[in-house]
Amino acid sequence: MIAVELRKLVLRPRMWVSVGLLCLLPAIVAVFLATADFAPPPGQGGAFLSAVVNDGKLYPAAALALVLPLFLPIAVAVVAGDSIAGEASGGTLRYLLVRPVGRTRLLVAKLIAVAVYVTAAIVIVVLTSLVIGVLLFGTGGSEVIPGIPAQGGVVSLSGAPLSSSSLGLRLLGAVGYIVLSMLGFAAITVFLSTLTDSALGAALGGLAVLITSSVLETLDAAAAVKPYLPTHYWLSWIDFFRDPVLWRNIDHGLLLQAGYIVVFFGAAWANFATRDITS
Amino acid sequence: MITTHALTKRFGRIVAVDAVDLSVREGDRYGFLGPNGSGKTTLVRMLLGLVYATSGEIEVLGRPIPKRVAEVLPDVGALVEGPGAYGHLSGRRNLTLLDAAGPGGGRRTRRKRVGEALERVGLAHVDQRPVKAYSLGMRQRLGLAAALLRRPRLLILDEPTNGLDPQGIKEIRELLIELNQDGTTVFLSSHLLAEVEQLGTRVGVVDRGRLVLEDDLEALRAATGRVLVGTPDPAVAASVLDGQIEARDGDRLVIRHDDPAALNALLVGAGVRVRSIDAERRTLEQVVLAATGPGSDRFGGPE
Repeated sequence: MIAVELRKLVLRPRMWVSVGLLCLLPAIVAVFLATADFAPPPGQGGAFLSAVVNDGKLYPAAALALVLPLFLPIAVAVVAGDSIAGEASGGTLRYLLVRPVGRTRLLVAKLIAVAVYVTAAIVIVVLTSLVIGVLLFGTGGSEVIPGIPAQGGVVSLSGAPLSSSSLGLRLLGAVGYIVLSMLGFAAITVFLSTLTDSALGAALGGLAVLITSSVLETLDAAAAVKPYLPTHYWLSWIDFFRDPVLWRNIDHGLLLQAGYIVVFFGAAWANFATRDITS
Repeated sequence: MITTHALTKRFGRIVAVDAVDLSVREGDRYGFLGPNGSGKTTLVRMLLGLVYATSGEIEVLGRPIPKRVAEVLPDVGALVEGPGAYGHLSGRRNLTLLDAAGPGGGRRTRRKRVGEALERVGLAHVDQRPVKAYSLGMRQRLGLAAALLRRPRLLILDEPTNGLDPQGIKEIRELLIELNQDGTTVFLSSHLLAEVEQLGTRVGVVDRGRLVLEDDLEALRAATGRVLVGTPDPAVAASVLDGQIEARDGDRLVIRHDDPAALNALLVGAGVRVRSIDAERRTLEQVVLAATGPGSDRFGGPE
């Protein structure tokens, strides 16, 4: 069933369009940065943007910072919202279930397909932005002797220089962290997708959760609930680029997202397994 | 093959299916007939474990539903409320994905299975166009192909000829009869009397969620003990058959008599020319209308 879901994902033109759009935004920003020829002052604009002009190898991190707040969640909401509700409104859900595919199996396969989509989308964004970054900005540290980072090479947010392998590991950690953050959000949207037969409704519901969470995040009066908001630790992946890595928020974020996945996937299962399929 | 006992389904305050005792035997071509909105589709969905019953019991292929639905469904082919397919993929690809989704069936024989199913429903030479470019009739055929994919022992079809042209309806009917003769039990729900009359061997009639009639088609259409006679000499016939004539409409007579052949001999012997003679049988329409009320999608108006 998982293989079937993955094949459906790959065969869907919409998926490739969404991944293409995800890659396009960082590319556009990169072109503007390269042609303007001056970096935004540190602390302004997206994270890392001031640093990438010196070294294109850091551009994947900047690209992630660009797509994470809105673009990536929208894509995830669309895919996750479509998971059950899309099959229901297309009339294919009932045929899958009488094939028979167990309801639990179907739901697990859908969540795994979403996870694969998120991972693939992020990896593709990282790779394309790496290529774009290196092409447009060059690699600042490439002329120096290996092992001795030069001025102008990749520098962590804390100011200390980073080696290429260390940068790769940190990028890997960041990608993993973002995937898990997105899965927490995807679990909420998959749950909504089991409630309705409208894929659009489920996706918009997911985005409503996201926006509510972002609004509360800025509200001091909501301080009590802030640590539990789904978006609260989303940006903590940046801590992978500090030296040394600042683990505290990352750990909290992982725990929180795992909690969201368990709770909402459980709710989705409880609802889907006991519900009348009338679509 | 299918037995239900006091099967009931409520949606809120609406009773969609009300204490239905259904009995479909192996080898039947069972026509499940009822007006729109009478609970046919809800009942079909309950048989397939898609909708859960409020109360009552279901057994399909001898096993309780929904408890052991996973063991039953591999032997069941179903078409529920119109076909469903991924519009951006070809019909062949749709069937391949569906075949791969469920249990059983080797990967190597998949292409062959899909090809056979398409051939059975008359889509063997369909091109690579996506399903969204199919006509309604082609989609219906594709849905049937999906139901036949695993050579099921029981076919549960909800309005299978919807959207087909007369030629297509005839083809599908012949296909279903052929499958039935090979041992497949066919359960077909429809609001079309003619369809059930032509296909069924057994009929169940549902009205407002209740099963109001269930019998063999032959028994329902048994002779009524009257004979219809057409003659250019109605006056002479009336004098010969004094007292046996129940109704007279011009040169057509309705005569209370058990044996058309004997009656014919009697009339001809008395010099009455007989143009037509046949035993009266109730049509399925009369049977069904007698058993059901007005259409349940009708609100207000004369009751």
